[in-house]
Amino acid sequence: MATTVLTPTTLRAPATARRAARQDPALVRNGLIVVGLCFLGLFLILPLAAVFANALSAGCAAYWAAIRQPDALSAVRLTLLAALIAVPLNLVFGLAASWCMARFDFAGKELLLTLIDIPFTVSPVISGMIFVLLFGAQGLFGDWLLNHNIKIVFAAPGIILATVFVTFPFVTRELIPTMLALGSDEEQAALTLGASGWRTFFRITLPNIKWSLLYGVILCNARAMGEFGAVSVVSGHIRGLTNTMPLYVEILYNDYQFAPAFAIASLLAMLALVTLVAKSIVEWKSERDLAASAAGAGDNR
Amino acid sequence: MSAFFKKKSVLPGFGLTLGWTVFYLSLIVLIPVSTLFLKTASLTWSQFWSVATGPRALAAYRLSFVASLAAALVNGVFGLIVSWILVRYRFPLRRLVDGLVDLPFALPTAVAGIVLTTLYAPNGWVGTQLAKVGIKAAYTPLGITVALIFIGLPFVVRTIQPVLQDLDAEVEEAAHSLGANFVQTFRRVLLPEILPAWITGCTLAFARGLGEYGSVVFIAGNVPMRTEITPLLIMTKLDEFEYGQATAIALVFLMAAFSLMLVLNLMQRRKVALPVLG
Amino acid sequence: MNIEAREITKTFGSFVALDRVSLRVEAGELVALLGPSGSGKTTLLRIVAGLEFPDSGSVLFDGQDTTERSAQDRGVGFVFQHYALFRHMSVYDNVAFGLTVKRRRERLPEAKIKARVHELLNLVQLDWLASHYPSQLSGGQRQRVALARALAVEPRVLLLDEPFGALDAKVRQELRRWLRRLHDEIHVTSIFVTHDQEEALEVADRVVVMNGGKIEQEGSPDDVYHEPANAFVYNFLGNINLFHARVENGKAYISEPVNGKPIPSNGDRLAYVRPHLMNIGREPQQPNPLPVRVMHINSAGPLVKVELATERGDRIQAQISHERYQELLLREDDDVFVSPRDVKVF
Repeated sequence: MATTVLTPTTLRAPATARRAARQDPALVRNGLIVVGLCFLGLFLILPLAAVFANALSAGCAAYWAAIRQPDALSAVRLTLLAALIAVPLNLVFGLAASWCMARFDFAGKELLLTLIDIPFTVSPVISGMIFVLLFGAQGLFGDWLLNHNIKIVFAAPGIILATVFVTFPFVTRELIPTMLALGSDEEQAALTLGASGWRTFFRITLPNIKWSLLYGVILCNARAMGEFGAVSVVSGHIRGLTNTMPLYVEILYNDYQFAPAFAIASLLAMLALVTLVAKSIVEWKSERDLAASAAGAGDNR
Repeated sequence: MSAFFKKKSVLPGFGLTLGWTVFYLSLIVLIPVSTLFLKTASLTWSQFWSVATGPRALAAYRLSFVASLAAALVNGVFGLIVSWILVRYRFPLRRLVDGLVDLPFALPTAVAGIVLTTLYAPNGWVGTQLAKVGIKAAYTPLGITVALIFIGLPFVVRTIQPVLQDLDAEVEEAAHSLGANFVQTFRRVLLPEILPAWITGCTLAFARGLGEYGSVVFIAGNVPMRTEITPLLIMTKLDEFEYGQATAIALVFLMAAFSLMLVLNLMQRRKVALPVLG
Repeated sequence: MNIEAREITKTFGSFVALDRVSLRVEAGELVALLGPSGSGKTTLLRIVAGLEFPDSGSVLFDGQDTTERSAQDRGVGFVFQHYALFRHMSVYDNVAFGLTVKRRRERLPEAKIKARVHELLNLVQLDWLASHYPSQLSGGQRQRVALARALAVEPRVLLLDEPFGALDAKVRQELRRWLRRLHDEIHVTSIFVTHDQEEALEVADRVVVMNGGKIEQEGSPDDVYHEPANAFVYNFLGNINLFHARVENGKAYISEPVNGKPIPSNGDRLAYVRPHLMNIGREPQQPNPLPVRVMHINSAGPLVKVELATERGDRIQAQISHERYQELLLREDDDVFVSPRDVKVF
C-alpha cells in the first residue's frame, strides 16, 4: 500500500478542536503561537521574501532584462513544453488507474499501488540516472540511438521523459481515495439505467471527482515545472538548448550572476504561489460540495 | 483469467483500464527502473562492494542519514507546534499561514536551494546574525540540515493536522473535569492519539530528506567526505561516466529507502488514524 | 414479465450468502423478501438485477436465461437503499438519464422525453422540484426521485433494496402505502427487500421469509402470519411468549414459560403464543390456566400491554383491549389467571 496521501488542508472541524482548546492555559496558547509563528517566519516567510528581494536587488530594469534573455526564454519554453506533455499523459493514466483500482477487486492491487508510487519515493537524482542508463552514450540503447542520430539524454526528449517519470503518480494518488470514498452506487445506478461504461464514466464519475482531479493536476504541474534533480542529471547543462527554468537558475547562480538567477527564480516562486492559491480554491470548493451533499440528508420529510 | 479476479466485475472497463495501467506503468517506470539492476550486473561483486561501502560512500550515507534525521526531529517538534496552533487557536492571518505551509512542497527545489544558501551564507541576512554567535551555516552539515528542515516541514504538519482536527473535544473536556491539567491531558489523553501520525509524518520527512538534491546541493559545499550528500555523490560518478559505481551506490540507497517505505506501510496497516489509500 | 431464480448459490469468502435458493415471481406481482441482516435477501435482489453474479444457479426472465447478462442489458429498474441519485444533476436530469443514454435508434425525441419526465415527476408528486438538486431534497423526496428515475425507462421489473430503511417511521408508513397504490396503478413486476415485517405484510402480494441464505417460507401475508411454517417465521413476524408444553390428544398444554435458551426434554415441546392471544381473567380460564401476578400495565396505545409474572418470576407479555381492561379493573399486584387462545407448536 502506498504512503499517506498529503490530503488537502481542511480547516473544517475547527469548531470542536477550538472548543477543546478553550481549556488550554493562556500562557501555553500564546507561547505556542509565538514559537510556531517565529519558526514559520524563519523557515517560510524569510526565504520567500528573500527570493523577491534578491531578484530586485539590481533594480527593476535589470530584472526585466534578465527575464527577456533568449536563454531565459528558451528555458521557459522548455519548462512549459515539459509540463504540457507530462500533465495530460499522467492525467489520462491517473483516470485509468484509479478506475481500475478503486472500482475492482483483484489480486496484486497493493503491489500495483506500490509500483505506481516508485517515482514518488525515489530520489530525483536516481530518477534521472535511470534514463541516462537507458539512453546515455554507454546506456542500454546508447549505440542504437547513436546510429540513428537520435538524442534523448542531454536533449529535450530526455528532460521531458524524466519529467513524465517524476510526476507519474500525482494524479492517481489524489483520485484513488476520492473514488473509494464516493463508492460506486451512482455508477451502478447508471448501469441499471442502461448507460454504457464510457457514458457512465463521463457523465457520472468525472463530475463527481472533478475537484480531486483538478487538485492532482495542479500538484502534477507544479512538480513538472519545478523539477530539478532528475532533469539535472539528464540535461548535461548545455546552455540555451537543454535547460528548463530550474536548471537555468542553477547555471546563472554558479556563474555568480545572482540577480538574474533570482529573477528567474522569482518567476518560479510566483508559480508556486499561484499553485498554493489554486490549491486553496479547489479545497474550498470541494469542501463546499461535500458539505452540500451531506446536508439535507438530515431531515427526512 | 477468471482465477485472477476476486469476483466477476459488475462495472465495465476492467480489462481496458488494467491493460493501459500496466502498459504505461511498465513503459515509464518499470523498464527504466530495471536498468538500474542490469547495470550493476556489469560490476563484479567485489567491485560493487568496494565502491558501495568505500569510505567516500560511507561518509555520504552517514551525512545524508544524520542530516535527514536531525531535520526530521526538528520538524517533528516544530511541526507539531505549527499544526497545533493552526487547528486549535485563532490568530490573525491564520488561513494565510495555513496555505503557506505547503510552500516547500510547491516551490521548485532549485529556488529553495539558492535562496537558502544566500540567506545563510556568511554575508546573508541570517548568516550574519549567526556569525555573531560564531555559527557557520552555509557549506556545513548545519546548512544541509536547515535545507532539509525547509523541505520536510509540510510532511509533518499535513500528516498531524487531520488527526488533531478529528480529536474528540469531549474526551478532553472529560479529562479536565476530572482534574487533569494541560500537561497531563496532553501527555495521557492526546499524545497517544497523535503519536502514530506524528511518527508517520517524521518518517515521511526523513525519507524525503534522504533523497533530496536540489535544495541541498547549493548550500552543502559538496566537499567529499565532509559535506557531500549521497545524491550528489551519485551525480558526480555519473558525470565521470562511472555508471557502474553510480548505480551501485544508488542501489544501496534505494534499498534503504524502500525498507523505510515498507516499515511505513506496515505501520499504516495497523489502521492508525491516517489517510491511506484503499 | 415473470422472474425465476433457480438454485442460486453465492458465497463471499467463507460466508454463504445464498444456499441453492429458488424463487418464482409471477408477472405483475409485488413480492417482499423479508428477513434479518445477513439472510441473503439483498444479495438475491442484486443477483436478479445483475449487480452481482451467482456462483451457481440461473436467473430467467420470462423463461430466458439472463444469468450472464450485465445489469445494463437486463431492463431492470433498481432503487438503491441510499438512493444513489446523481449528485451533480438536477432532479429532472436524474429522471431523464435513462432516456438520454438510449441508443440513437431507440431514443425518444426531446419533447417526448420532457413529457415523460414530467409525467413521472407528477406521479411521485415532485414536479415542483424538477430543477432542484439532490442535496436540496429530504430523504423521502430523494427516494421518490430514485423511483421515478427507475420507472422512466419502463423496466420489465422493479427492484427495491430496503427502499424506506433510512427514513423516519411516519414517512416510512406514508411511502409504503403510496408504493402499494403505485403498484396497483402500473402493475410492474416488483420485488422489494425489507427487514421490517410490518412493511412486508402491509404492502406485498406475497411474502418470502429468508434466513441464513435459505427461504423459510413463502406465501400471502395472511399465510405466513397465521400459518407460519416454523418457529423462525413465527418469531420473526411478531412478538411471542415461549412456553414449555406437552401435547396430548392433539392439544397442547402449556406449563411454565421458557427462560433463556429452551432445552426440550422428552415429551416436552415448545409452544409459541402471541401476546394478544392471551386471555386474562380473575377466575381460572379453561382450557389451560396459569396463575400469574400483574407486574406492569401500559395503557398508552391501541391495546393495553400487561406484563405478568408466574410464581417462579418468569415474565409473560399479554395485550388486551381497553374494554376488557376496564371490565377487569386490573391493577398492579393483582393475582389473576392467564390462558392462551391459540398456541403454535413446531
